[in-house]
Amino acid sequence: MAKTSLTHEFTKGILKENPVLCLLLGTCPTLAVTTSASNAVGMGVAATLVLASSNAVISLLRKAIPDSVRIPAYITVIAGFVTIVQLLIKAYLPAVDESLGIFLPLIVVNCIMLGRAEMFANKNSILPSILDGLGMGVGFTAALLCMGIVRELFGTGNVFGNTLLPESIFTPITIFILPAGGFFVFGMLIALANRLQKGRLRGKDFGCENCAMASACQKSGNCKEGAEAV
Amino acid sequence: MTALISIFLVAVLSENYVLSKFLGICPFLGVSKKLDTALGMSFAVIFVIVVATAVTYPIHTYILVPNGLDYLQTLLFILIIAALVQLVEIVLKKYMPKLYQSLGIYLPLITTNCAVLGVAILVTQRTSESYGYLHALVNALGAGAGYLVAMFLFSGVRERIEQSDVPEFLKGMPITLIGAAIVALSFLGFQGIA
Repeated sequence: MAKTSLTHEFTKGILKENPVLCLLLGTCPTLAVTTSASNAVGMGVAATLVLASSNAVISLLRKAIPDSVRIPAYITVIAGFVTIVQLLIKAYLPAVDESLGIFLPLIVVNCIMLGRAEMFANKNSILPSILDGLGMGVGFTAALLCMGIVRELFGTGNVFGNTLLPESIFTPITIFILPAGGFFVFGMLIALANRLQKGRLRGKDFGCENCAMASACQKSGNCKEGAEAV
Repeated sequence: MTALISIFLVAVLSENYVLSKFLGICPFLGVSKKLDTALGMSFAVIFVIVVATAVTYPIHTYILVPNGLDYLQTLLFILIIAALVQLVEIVLKKYMPKLYQSLGIYLPLITTNCAVLGVAILVTQRTSESYGYLHALVNALGAGAGYLVAMFLFSGVRERIEQSDVPEFLKGMPITLIGAAIVALSFLGFQGIA
């Protein structure tokens, strides 16, 4: 494979196909763990590790896994790596484990993992799959970091725990680190990404084409009106 | 009894799993466009959350923990939930075709709904002595009911958004998320309960 296309596999996830801002995958952790910039980085790095390694293994096994049981097989591979990452973080970074809490094991059901396995790793060889995983992971981390910085700055006046806006000149707007602020900042961030992409995303909605389960549910004839946009 | 009622109310209102814990956001944003699909999805979620908790909680307490295997929790839970969803689908299809028709299409999608796995894991983390199987089940039921409430309210909000004149750059997802922000804000008001 030519070098340029390998670079492309890596860089596409960062901007052009950013999993959070353009593909709208993995919204749960995006909203939940971005109350501070350091949490956002912790989540991003954990997800990147899982994404790159599960993409690698799934790509290696793509000919061995029968088509009909591929989704459970992918979930098992992903869950294995999540457990590894979870144990590593618990052992070496207990503070990160504490602040990410339930969202660390929930990487298993993050649609980015399953989505990349289904859309990329089962069709490509190992090297592009690892690069795709890394690129998507970096894009995910970058989006989380943006959210984290904005929310932490306005919500507490700090960034990475360092005071940028002292209380003498700025009263922290606590709502930014509450759930409502998460939805609001995320909406604004997508509006901004929308503007920067010159409206290419406009009117795009949470639709079937982005859903990791789309091919599975369309195949079984289940993708009717109701399930069209899960 | 009061403890059970308070667990239920806390799960539905003040610690709503969707709006204050951010579990199950994808379907919350995805299927809330129309009221009837939102309700169908919510009932399927209630059903699966309760059944999943009913199965995973005893497995965790009586098999994993006594044998020091609790690091397998994530792996085992997601497999159990996936298998369970398949099983429920097959059973419903065979014995309750009416119910299957209304919930069936949502079932395969629920495997990857993080609310189900999230609730199953969270209830096993409550370590206090008095928190038993019944409490876990009531909590799961409350989580599902909270999901229903959030979906119901939000689909109403979205139907109004559809009809209003939104600035060009906010069309589509941004305005949906800002709507969700305001719904979440209103749930802050329940914070003082229980």
